[in-house]
Amino acid sequence: MKIITGSDLRTGDVIWWTGEGWSRHVNDAVEAGEHAEAIIARENAKQIVTDTQVIEATHTAEGVRPAHIKDRIRALGPTVRLDLSLKPSDPAAGNWVI
Amino acid sequence: MYQYDSYDQSLVDARVAEFRDQVERRLAGDITEDQFKPLRLKNGLYLQLHAYMLRVAVPYGTLNSRQMRMLGDIADKYDRGYGHFTTRQNIQYNWIKLEDAPDILADLASVEMHAIQTSGNCIRNTTSDQYAGAAADELVDPRPYAELLRQWSTFHPEFDYLPRKFKIAIIGSDTDRAAMKLHDIGIQLVKNDAGEIGCKFFVGGGMGRTPMIAPVIGDFVNPLQMISYLEACLRVYNRYGRRDNKYKARIKILVHEIGADEYRRQVEEEFAHILTLGLEPPAAELERIKGFFEQPGFETGLPDDLDLSDPDFALWVDQNTHAHKQPGYAIATIALKPVGGIPGDATADQIRLMADLAKDYSFDELRVTHAQNIVLPHVRKADLYTLWQKLDAAGLGSANLDLIGDIIACPGLDYCSLANARSIPVAQKISERFADLGRQRDLGELKLKISGCINACGHHHAGHIGILGVDRKGVENYQLLLGGSEGADTSLGQITGPGFNEDGIVDAVEKATEVYLANRKDGERLLDTYRRIGMAPFKEAIYG
Amino acid sequence: MVEQNLRFRTDEPVGDPAVTVDAFADQSNATAVRIEPGDDARALLPHLDRIALVEVNFPAYTDGRGYSAARILREHGYAGELRAVGDVLVDQLSHMRRCGFDSFAPQQPISTAAAEKAFATWPDVYQKTVDGRPAVWAKRHG
Repeated sequence: MKIITGSDLRTGDVIWWTGEGWSRHVNDAVEAGEHAEAIIARENAKQIVTDTQVIEATHTAEGVRPAHIKDRIRALGPTVRLDLSLKPSDPAAGNWVI
Repeated sequence: MYQYDSYDQSLVDARVAEFRDQVERRLAGDITEDQFKPLRLKNGLYLQLHAYMLRVAVPYGTLNSRQMRMLGDIADKYDRGYGHFTTRQNIQYNWIKLEDAPDILADLASVEMHAIQTSGNCIRNTTSDQYAGAAADELVDPRPYAELLRQWSTFHPEFDYLPRKFKIAIIGSDTDRAAMKLHDIGIQLVKNDAGEIGCKFFVGGGMGRTPMIAPVIGDFVNPLQMISYLEACLRVYNRYGRRDNKYKARIKILVHEIGADEYRRQVEEEFAHILTLGLEPPAAELERIKGFFEQPGFETGLPDDLDLSDPDFALWVDQNTHAHKQPGYAIATIALKPVGGIPGDATADQIRLMADLAKDYSFDELRVTHAQNIVLPHVRKADLYTLWQKLDAAGLGSANLDLIGDIIACPGLDYCSLANARSIPVAQKISERFADLGRQRDLGELKLKISGCINACGHHHAGHIGILGVDRKGVENYQLLLGGSEGADTSLGQITGPGFNEDGIVDAVEKATEVYLANRKDGERLLDTYRRIGMAPFKEAIYG
Repeated sequence: MVEQNLRFRTDEPVGDPAVTVDAFADQSNATAVRIEPGDDARALLPHLDRIALVEVNFPAYTDGRGYSAARILREHGYAGELRAVGDVLVDQLSHMRRCGFDSFAPQQPISTAAAEKAFATWPDVYQKTVDGRPAVWAKRHG
């Protein structure tokens, strides 16, 4: 599947297109569909997101899994500082990245 | 150290105002991201994997306790409680918000600091020897010249849109502690037979995709013509550096392609013209700046011997202190490399503690090193024990300077959008494998450097052992290099063979150390044994 | 034909179209020439006395070769109009001015007020260049 991701313009937070807005959680990401470029252009123009891209991902039992390790690290946070990631209480969270 | 006058202060303040205005225009959509990006890079603000990253300049690696304290406060106020000291003597914050960036720059300006030109295709922070002004082997303190260079390069109107980034290092001793020949321009202050000081210019060094050692372009440039010579070097680069290919745009490619002799000829021609323009600051300006770098009020007649009965203290003194030019004093390095830690990271509390220690024990001065450590340059030997105890209590007492545990690592794929592989977990695993300090000391001086991509911010080409992270079909893979060195005997590391996964590279490093131990002679370091016996024995042991 | 936008000279603007550096050598009547990033500004040095307008093209603002071209011309005594054309943002104006540009024809229009504000960005300057502003070191040491 293809999903849309970017960085929050003001904060730099990693965000994912949910179909209605932007979420910090990759599992909220939806299939971008054929209008991805139009969505990106429209959202960029609102000055809320930057560095917006369509990326590859798959559906797994755990949710949405970006195809590239870099995007999985973006989805989680630094694997070496899980306390600063989106899963601070899960010591095995880094395994999902690999 | 240097103190701003009203001119210096008004310039950093003007920059803050300019950037504040640029951020407002970006947030309002008056300029596009493509237009804004080069502007924010010139203020050290990157968009990284998780947030914006701000790179704050520490000019020639020197700062005082008030500035260090502000760096700690910024980490708390705007970031997530820590900072990362880099291989170019700067500090980076990983969790910055764009909307906060102007305020951060304003806070920095209030203590005479900035993030000017720490990124972008312009002249970056000039780096220097972390022992400048203190080391016993120093010929001339390079820092006044570095400050002259800082001012000349700041907001230089002709060189703000170079083909690519431009990095300058300047040293004042034969011992090169700044990897000077691996810079776009490296300057060594030397003395001729008449006892006059001159600038030896090395131009065209660098790492990255095509590592090169800079050739000598100017043998002996009069220091009172240093700025004019720099103008000539930069102008030739700005005019003729390649702009067709980002990976061929550094000055090292230009010097390599036209040849050092031709580059020198063009520089000399431009230099002759520039000398007619009166661009050089007067000698009085260099003297004025030198006035800020006079020796602090060292006490005389201090005891030079130490009570080394505490074995842990003795190890730390042996490993982490360096001879000072003043009897009774020592240069102390605070290694930010605890076992299993993240190289170069320090918490806000640790940063503020180091600020206090500098104030109490080092004439209010600290240095940041290329190896991502902190130096207190002027410590009375009589104070070393108390200092060490306080460092140790704060997790800053690692006695592993220049040993295998003193790992240099870029942030890698955990933080950096340019990276191909994570570097920090590799550093942590190697650090844990070699945790035993006795084992580290037996291996001796061993500079291990890790980069998470070919941009080589971890300086892996210059590691006695170097590790390069690559992306092999979406999976992290690591290449091993041996034999790099950044000193006067600068050399570039050679790849051993096929790459490894994360566990494999740790094993490969261990095997390399075993080959060294089995073959070393007479006080050789691993680097020396490698240079003597060559790659074959290592390759055989590693790949079996 | 590039639309003139911002001009900071008191003399009359040159009406002639600018010719290329290559063409200029053959055209003894031409008074306006256009420098592209890859041209050598020094090729014009023998002819400075008959040039009234030099346009320096910035196809992309990130290509900084035009700054060197401008400064070189001024250093050799060129006193005619020196115009930056193309991808010129208000953020480049102050440095361009310091390199000797005295007129600007940006693709995206810039108001005179914004330009004046840009020129006033730096209360002082660290480097001596062709704009006549004293460097900080000159002020420090009289």
